[in-house]
Amino acid sequence: MSDNTAHDEPELVQLLTPEGELRHHPDYPLDLGAEEVRGLYRDLVLVRRVDTEAVALQRQGELGLWASLLGQEAAQIGSARALRPQDMAFPSYREHGVAWVRGVDPRELLGMFRGVTNGGWDPAEHGLHLYTIVIGSQTLHATGYAMGVQRDGATGGDDGTAVIVYFGDGATSQGDTNEAFNFAAVNNAPVVFFCQNNQWAISEPLERQSRVPLYRRAAGFGFPGVRVDGNDVFASLAVTRRALQHAREGQGPMLIEAFTYRMGAHTTNDDPTRYRVAAELEEWKRKDPILRLRAYMAANGVADDDFFAAVDAEADKLGERVRIECRALPDPDPLDIFHEVYAEPHAQLDLQRAEFADYLASFEDAGAEGGR
Amino acid sequence: MSPTATAGTAAAATAATAAERGRAAAPPAHLTMRDALNRALDTALAEDPATLVFGEDVGRLGGVFRVTDGLQRRHGADRVFDTPIAESGIVGLAVGLAMNGWRPVPEIQFDGFAYPAVDQIVNQMARMHYRSRGTAPMPITLRVPSFGGIQAPEHHGESLEALFAHVPGLRVAAPADPLDAYHLLLQSIRGDDPVVFLEPKSRYWDRAPLPEGGLAAAPELPVGASRVVRPGRHATLVAWGAMVRRCLAAADLAAEDGVELEVVDLRWLKPLDADAVAASAARTRRAVVVHEAPLTAGLGGEVAALVTERAFRDLAAPVQRVTGFDVPYPAGPLEPQYLPTVDRILFAVQRTLEY
Repeated sequence: MSDNTAHDEPELVQLLTPEGELRHHPDYPLDLGAEEVRGLYRDLVLVRRVDTEAVALQRQGELGLWASLLGQEAAQIGSARALRPQDMAFPSYREHGVAWVRGVDPRELLGMFRGVTNGGWDPAEHGLHLYTIVIGSQTLHATGYAMGVQRDGATGGDDGTAVIVYFGDGATSQGDTNEAFNFAAVNNAPVVFFCQNNQWAISEPLERQSRVPLYRRAAGFGFPGVRVDGNDVFASLAVTRRALQHAREGQGPMLIEAFTYRMGAHTTNDDPTRYRVAAELEEWKRKDPILRLRAYMAANGVADDDFFAAVDAEADKLGERVRIECRALPDPDPLDIFHEVYAEPHAQLDLQRAEFADYLASFEDAGAEGGR
Repeated sequence: MSPTATAGTAAAATAATAAERGRAAAPPAHLTMRDALNRALDTALAEDPATLVFGEDVGRLGGVFRVTDGLQRRHGADRVFDTPIAESGIVGLAVGLAMNGWRPVPEIQFDGFAYPAVDQIVNQMARMHYRSRGTAPMPITLRVPSFGGIQAPEHHGESLEALFAHVPGLRVAAPADPLDAYHLLLQSIRGDDPVVFLEPKSRYWDRAPLPEGGLAAAPELPVGASRVVRPGRHATLVAWGAMVRRCLAAADLAAEDGVELEVVDLRWLKPLDADAVAASAARTRRAVVVHEAPLTAGLGGEVAALVTERAFRDLAAPVQRVTGFDVPYPAGPLEPQYLPTVDRILFAVQRTLEY
């Protein structure tokens, strides 16, 4: 932290300490039954397994690339479990935990990283838009979507619709993100800006992105901002639930900075040993989101060893399914590249498709396998 | 600078000023392109409650060119609204609204200000239908007052058609006269693909007689079709936007010398009506393409290639290009030096006739 903010250390909303002790926060009460807590634990373990398998599949050449969520499970599961079915979520490209909660099968998620599709699911069906790769672009889409919600009259009550958009600390430097903050503020749009501050934008540490704690950016745009312990699934759930309620009741946007850590590489192409020290990772391992929840559950009789063993067994089965289904994803038909470029007929593109189809067919006639 | 070109430009400027001054007193049986575009937007807002019009100053002010004049009053501030000054934001907003089932018609105030929005236009709006396998259609019409000819400051005279015609997923249209502008804009809005709609701002004040039965009774061409605005047999002039009227002026002068020029208004710049343009060039055996944009990698090269591919054996001369120069668009008094003049068009016609 830079000198001008060191004397003013930001408050971190935390309901579960790294040691697994429950804390109460006057502004963010959370009353979860044992079944719900076990459900959160299961989510965390299963998405971490999907992530681990995906990294391995990339190493085996089955995926072109993978962006690991390792360490960010609680921020994603906690916030996504705060969503209601009518809500809409806009992810960046690392929100595998959010996709899990929104019912997107891991197979569909892997398709994009295998390169067999640019998307993979129907956004309306899952209440989750497609992954967005250009940094920060989706913040404006979420704001536009939220302004559409306002125009549908689907806001202003307890049963209103809210929108959430996920982005990282690096995205707070983008013009689009700042434009979205401002558009949402002046229009009082029902959108929650959920920033996962995982401390690193590839190799650039947070102090290269911002001189102020990120949640404080909201004040300059005229809406509330809060920093939450992103490795605490309880706090992430409670804070997001409240921000979504704020939005669905028509009180406008909120910014949540989920303070977390990218324990893995930026993507499978990255080598973090070139820019950060091992001691930093060790420190964050002590704050692991899964270990602290498990410690809490074990100490408070929320689950027994049989439960933990059953979740591990379920994760093993899921991992096996992910491996098999990933390898079985079919290569798309060559002519697929022409599909859905336009919604309506396009004479010149139709001509290109016809010529390319003839070209491909000419090899079939000759008994060869394809063009070179 | 040739005397004809000077006279032509001065005449155009005088005509524009006169039309502007006389608008209030003009007989009601005439309307300007601005009026026609305004009525198209009004029709679109009235016929589909999902249609939204927004941008900088489009609400209470009615837009800096008054194209959206009165729309907020008639259709409400929820459907016709002002945005903060951030062009990427305006297009990003349109993408998000479209994802929510709306039919956005955003405005970029001037051509040069579309550049800050290129990321949202190219990376998001253009390919969302494709990457979502059709589950997230983008029925967005992005209106951009475009091209030069009004002696505006820097960044107010850009021609964006080649840039956007190059982008898969986009359609690009440019009207040339009031009656056609009405249908072209309505077709763009009613279509389910994103359209970059380039309005020739120097033609906003051009007037046309209102047909009996009103604007809706004006001839309506199929989506994607070009049109022959003047038939001829010695050479084909191909143009769009403001250059169509200039080509017609050149054809008038050529006719005095017995040269009959056919003038084709492309209307749709993507997809481009290649077969019709090539058929005209094959008939006249000569083609000259005219645009305001710089020469290199301009759409004129695309037109020349499409004509050559389809009509090579019928051509008596290579396709000629009359364009702006490869320089930043000049402001104020140098603008007439840059824009294709009637004389430059006629010189090119002469070159192709004598080839």
